[in-house]
Amino acid sequence: MPVLGLDANATEPLRPEARDAVLRALDQPGNPSSVHAEGRAARRLLEEARAAVATAFGAKPQDIVFTAGGTEANALAVRGLAPGRRVLLGATEHPAVLRAAPATAETIPVLPDGTADLAALEALLGAGGPALVCLMAANNETGVLHPVAEAAALCRRHGALLHVDAVQAAGRVPLALAGADSIALSGHKMGGPKGAGALLLRPGIDLAPLIAGGGQERGRRGGTEPLPAIAGMAAAALAARPEAAIRLAALRDAIEVGVAAAAPEARFPGRAAPRLPNTTSILLPGVAAETQVIALDLAGVRVSAGAACSSGKVAASHVLAAMGLGAEAGAAIRVSLPWNAAEDAPERFVAAWSAMRDRLSRRAA
Amino acid sequence: MRILVAMSGGVDSSVVAGLLAEQGHEVVGATLQLYDHGAAAAKRGACCAGQDIHDARDVADRLGIPHYVLDREQVFRREVIGDFADTYARGETPVPCIRCNQTVKFRDLVALARDLGCAALATGHYARRVEGPDGAELHRAADPARDQSYFLAATTRDQLAFARFPLGDMPDKAAVRAVALRLGLAVAEKPDSQDICFVPEGRYDSLVARLRPGAVAAGDVVHADGRVLGAHGGIARYTVGQGRGLGAASWDGQERLYVAGVDAARRRVVVAPRGSLETGTATVGEVNWLIDPPSEPLRCAVKLRAREAPRAATVAWDAAAGLARVALDAPGIVAPGQACVLYDGDRVIGGGFLRAPGSVDRVPAAA
Repeated sequence: MPVLGLDANATEPLRPEARDAVLRALDQPGNPSSVHAEGRAARRLLEEARAAVATAFGAKPQDIVFTAGGTEANALAVRGLAPGRRVLLGATEHPAVLRAAPATAETIPVLPDGTADLAALEALLGAGGPALVCLMAANNETGVLHPVAEAAALCRRHGALLHVDAVQAAGRVPLALAGADSIALSGHKMGGPKGAGALLLRPGIDLAPLIAGGGQERGRRGGTEPLPAIAGMAAAALAARPEAAIRLAALRDAIEVGVAAAAPEARFPGRAAPRLPNTTSILLPGVAAETQVIALDLAGVRVSAGAACSSGKVAASHVLAAMGLGAEAGAAIRVSLPWNAAEDAPERFVAAWSAMRDRLSRRAA
Repeated sequence: MRILVAMSGGVDSSVVAGLLAEQGHEVVGATLQLYDHGAAAAKRGACCAGQDIHDARDVADRLGIPHYVLDREQVFRREVIGDFADTYARGETPVPCIRCNQTVKFRDLVALARDLGCAALATGHYARRVEGPDGAELHRAADPARDQSYFLAATTRDQLAFARFPLGDMPDKAAVRAVALRLGLAVAEKPDSQDICFVPEGRYDSLVARLRPGAVAAGDVVHADGRVLGAHGGIARYTVGQGRGLGAASWDGQERLYVAGVDAARRRVVVAPRGSLETGTATVGEVNWLIDPPSEPLRCAVKLRAREAPRAATVAWDAAAGLARVALDAPGIVAPGQACVLYDGDRVIGGGFLRAPGSVDRVPAAA
């Protein structure tokens, strides 16, 4: 039985352009910090990658800090920008942001549709001193797009900094992030290899490094740059075309239509909000997400639920809980189509999902 | 057939998974995450998953079977650790392994296995499941030194029908380790687990102190005749029959004293000479029958604690009260909270929990 991979928000399949770039970079023997010819050649490759990422996201090359991934990019921004500021965190942020923030951080609630409550944000901004606001562009579990441009305007008015975790949005939807002070990206979520990420900084923003080391990345991130991973990320960023969104959104919508037809009790948290084209959250009342994920895996369908801990256990979703789903927060799975999803993915998914649902409802009867 | 195997990361359940996979079954491994290992070991920053979970995943990888980690921290805290502390606070002595088998293992994993379309749930317990004329029977393991049938006595007939214990016929542990070696499992030489899994280094009083502080508050040690002989540091430290930990109250002149009872309400530990601890009767609640409940008094053997040979008794089932009334042929020591398991030869025919004399049953047995 061929596997049906629908867990792209965990990691996208490697794009062929990225694979080629990785292989080319593997043959580059130098260290970008070396003075000699091989070092200069490696440096050239690194700066080409930087320019490509800058082009893809409308940044200036000198404002891009390469990291080992999205988590590090988020941590670098939050830790680097938080000192001396109140930290305001979106309720549905990823642990990469939540766990980089100080314990005193305050929460920006979300509306029932999953989007950040801008009125609450404005009230929070008006209530105290200079702030750092952290708001993700797109949520990893529901795909809900937050009103980042509006949040940026509020931040500007109140003298606050805005950090945007764009790990899930980058490459999938056009990023309108002109007002952000820092933006975190992850290579493998765009179809690059694992092991590289980037932090895009607004010109003039400076921050202290998490790792000082040899002063690479203009002193903002020490350590020899992982050239193959960075080159792969850059190639993926150029290859990822938000136009593909139309095709993916049609496939995603077909999944939702098929699931709703098979099971009137199914719900789709976040469906009322603007979303990533590839993502849907499917809630089957009364059935633990863990059971659904395992049952689908045994049927060859790869999905996920909540945020997977390194132990692999399925934890309850703080994202769905923040949207007011209560006990049902533990009954939703995330289905996320990869960039290369096949046209028959909806049909195959709905067949597997319906078979699972029918067996479970027979058991419950 | 598709079989769910509860994999603890130890050698026993690893061998179960390996044997079933070798027989050609579609084996699905599951490991329960029962408590935050990092927190239990008081190690800051340690992963919530202990080494056992990593071992279970390694074994599953080696066997090429799917493996899942199931977060059962909440239900385990509520139903096993909570019951553990509550039982001590009542002046009784809990058997957490039975509670765990009864709840997160058999009740919940059987349900999950059925949800996943599995035909059976297999575990590494040392017990035998025998297909009898009236359905599945629970029997003692072939290896008497390893027999765990006492800890499985709360397994219901429906759960037993679905369960498999492939190690029940193993002659001894060495044979199990030999299978592990043959299958190339890295856990072949892993030491057996000890004591209570959620209590590091056997120090359970600090856990009880956190959950039920009254159970570790000081009180009097009182002789059965009413004399106050000394003080104790918490009723949770005492079990009926215990001789250690009584300090000055260990002796009454030349006579050695033992715990005869725990009076939780007055925070008293009652001591008495050995001879007067023994009783000829016991009352058993929360009874799980693995035969049709007997309408007449039944001759059988009963085990009053895990490490004790079964003793001859007559058991009368009081269906209205949901209690089994046990008359022992020869008097024994009854520690409330411990399980009383009923045997017919090697077969487990029922089991429940020993009640303190005069206590009211809290949980009526299901009809």
